Amino acid sequence: MKPASRAFKTNATRALENEPLQRALRGIKYGFVANRAKARASLPEFDRLRDEARAIKEHTLAHLDLYLEEYESKVIEAGGQVHWAASADDAREAILKICRDAGARSVTKGKSMVGEEIAINEHLEAAGIKAIETDLGEYLIQIRGEPPSHIIAPAIHLTMDQVEADFRNIHKNLPPERILDEPGQLVAEARAVLRDGFLAADVGITGANLLIAETGSSVIVTNEGNGDLTQCLPRVHIVIASIEKAVPTLEDANTILRILARSATGQECSTYTTYSTGPKRPGDPDGPEEFHVVLLDNGRTEMLGGAFHDMLRCIRCGACMNHCPVYGAVGGHAYGWVYPGPMGAVLTPSLIGIDEAGHLPNASTFCGRCEAVCPMRIPLPKLMRHWRMREYEKGNTPARYRWGLKLWAFAARRPWLYHALTGLGASLLARFGKRRGRIRSLPMAGGWTRHRDLPAPQGKTFQQLWRAQEKAS
Amino acid sequence: MSGARKRQSVLEGIRAALGAGGSDKTRKETVRKRLKSPRANLVPERASKDRAGRLELFTGMLEGQGAKVSHAKGPGDVPEIVAAYLRDNNLPTDFRTGSDDLLAAIPWDKTPSLTRHRGRGKAGDGVTMSRARAAAAETGTLFLTSGGENPTTLNFLPDTHMVLIRADDILGSYEDAWNVLREVYGQRTLPRTVNLISGPSRTADINQTIVMGAHGPRRLHVIVVG
Repeated sequence: MKPASRAFKTNATRALENEPLQRALRGIKYGFVANRAKARASLPEFDRLRDEARAIKEHTLAHLDLYLEEYESKVIEAGGQVHWAASADDAREAILKICRDAGARSVTKGKSMVGEEIAINEHLEAAGIKAIETDLGEYLIQIRGEPPSHIIAPAIHLTMDQVEADFRNIHKNLPPERILDEPGQLVAEARAVLRDGFLAADVGITGANLLIAETGSSVIVTNEGNGDLTQCLPRVHIVIASIEKAVPTLEDANTILRILARSATGQECSTYTTYSTGPKRPGDPDGPEEFHVVLLDNGRTEMLGGAFHDMLRCIRCGACMNHCPVYGAVGGHAYGWVYPGPMGAVLTPSLIGIDEAGHLPNASTFCGRCEAVCPMRIPLPKLMRHWRMREYEKGNTPARYRWGLKLWAFAARRPWLYHALTGLGASLLARFGKRRGRIRSLPMAGGWTRHRDLPAPQGKTFQQLWRAQEKAS
Repeated sequence: MSGARKRQSVLEGIRAALGAGGSDKTRKETVRKRLKSPRANLVPERASKDRAGRLELFTGMLEGQGAKVSHAKGPGDVPEIVAAYLRDNNLPTDFRTGSDDLLAAIPWDKTPSLTRHRGRGKAGDGVTMSRARAAAAETGTLFLTSGGENPTTLNFLPDTHMVLIRADDILGSYEDAWNVLREVYGQRTLPRTVNLISGPSRTADINQTIVMGAHGPRRLHVIVVG
């Protein structure tokens, strides 16, 4: 997918005015956020599990070469093949070759963010192979030709009316008078349509949440069961996974799984967690005859041991975006590429470059909620700040910002001036907002006040009040 | 670049980033030990209940996730429970299973209204039944293993999936369940597929509203035996 992250500001403005999107985004607070809080409250060990999960990932990253070799040797022992891909191109090429060798005409896909990252569908379609997304959310956006707007709920930006319209438009062979006004009816229709796709597919492609070095197993979690139909029906199963998904043992996988679903949807666990180890064995009546793993680097190695190393712990739960006030206001498409929200603001510049994605680390108020909820304790605000510094050093920051910062720094280094200016500001704003007690528009700050108001200051700065109190006592 | 060269380049990149040489003995020893004798990390307290407590937690968790749980005193009670469930839900009375011993030992012919077919799951299967090797009460999770005894396709193709599990196989934690599989399949070895199943298929992709039966079974009926 061609990045549109340069247009973040325009996209964000458009998103704020998009009423159906705003309606869809309001649901996050009552769904994911409330459910995560409940799940955390019902597991007293939750925060200690987060510490352990972080330690497991750090241990794995410090021995990543060795665990990947172990994982690879177990996959081969089980009869599977491992394909190493340094770049997105390598991965696309490897997958296309496997599909061609299998004589594939249609491919089903389980949900995979790495699949989005390497834009595998477009690549297969260009080679004349039909790629069908089977996760319901992914299917909804595939038929609209849109990228995902959330890493675990890719169609969270859509309302039911939009889905109904799309289904009527795409599923032309179904009676036009059918009733589709409940989620259940829409799900039933998608189930029936996609079932045919599952049964006809020659190759199934899934992602992986974890790669277990102990057993050579890859793990996927789903609620729908689509990932399982994708991998147990076709003749060939391809797993596409990035290298940082490795963990040492089944026990280590347990720890990460215990925090994954709780952080993501707020479930105790996902409905289906599936461990896949190699192809069909002697005596197996079902399962794929061929099993391939495509191991993708695509920039991870460069993050290892560097300023953005912590980001390699990410398990793609989506908690950071669910709790992000910026994501909650503009949704995922505004970010312009595959990974939105705080994790996207850190990862996207690593993967496609700061020149493309320089706006994203700025799309944060540094409120810190993302770090507070991150199950892997990734210091997301700190990492975004690193990007801002790099952007500044590169001279990418617009002149207006640089001057603004310089002016602020000039005042901040002269406390008498700073106090005088903030005192003046506080008393002016107090007078300005006196009648209503709130300020709804401000000259030169329209970008702020168009979408929100702010309480009017009381007229004195904290320093002034403090001094007055000291004098009185 | 050839496959072997790409592999080499990724691994060398990682080693360079970590500042690790190819012959680093300590690192290799650390990895070897961790894989040879896997150790449990923190296991939630709720997983360490007695048998009755485990059964209660297991049942509560599964029901909370939309599954139905029934209890059979012995194999002889299973056919009637199955027949009643299928009748109550207006479901077909023929179902498919693999060749699992526990399923074969059920006196199905006691209840002539039921017809058991054998084999892997097929498109259009209404009802199937599998046996779970183990379960973890901590989240109400069944562990099903692939093979002729319990083909994986039976878990995902039908509208209604029934799972039999012996009460003794309901353990506390995931760790307990993996240790059972390690005993059956050996160290560092798993069957082709292990399915951890904790309820019927569901989605919340439309309107953030939970709907059962996205792609997998709409109904999950778990029968605890013993």
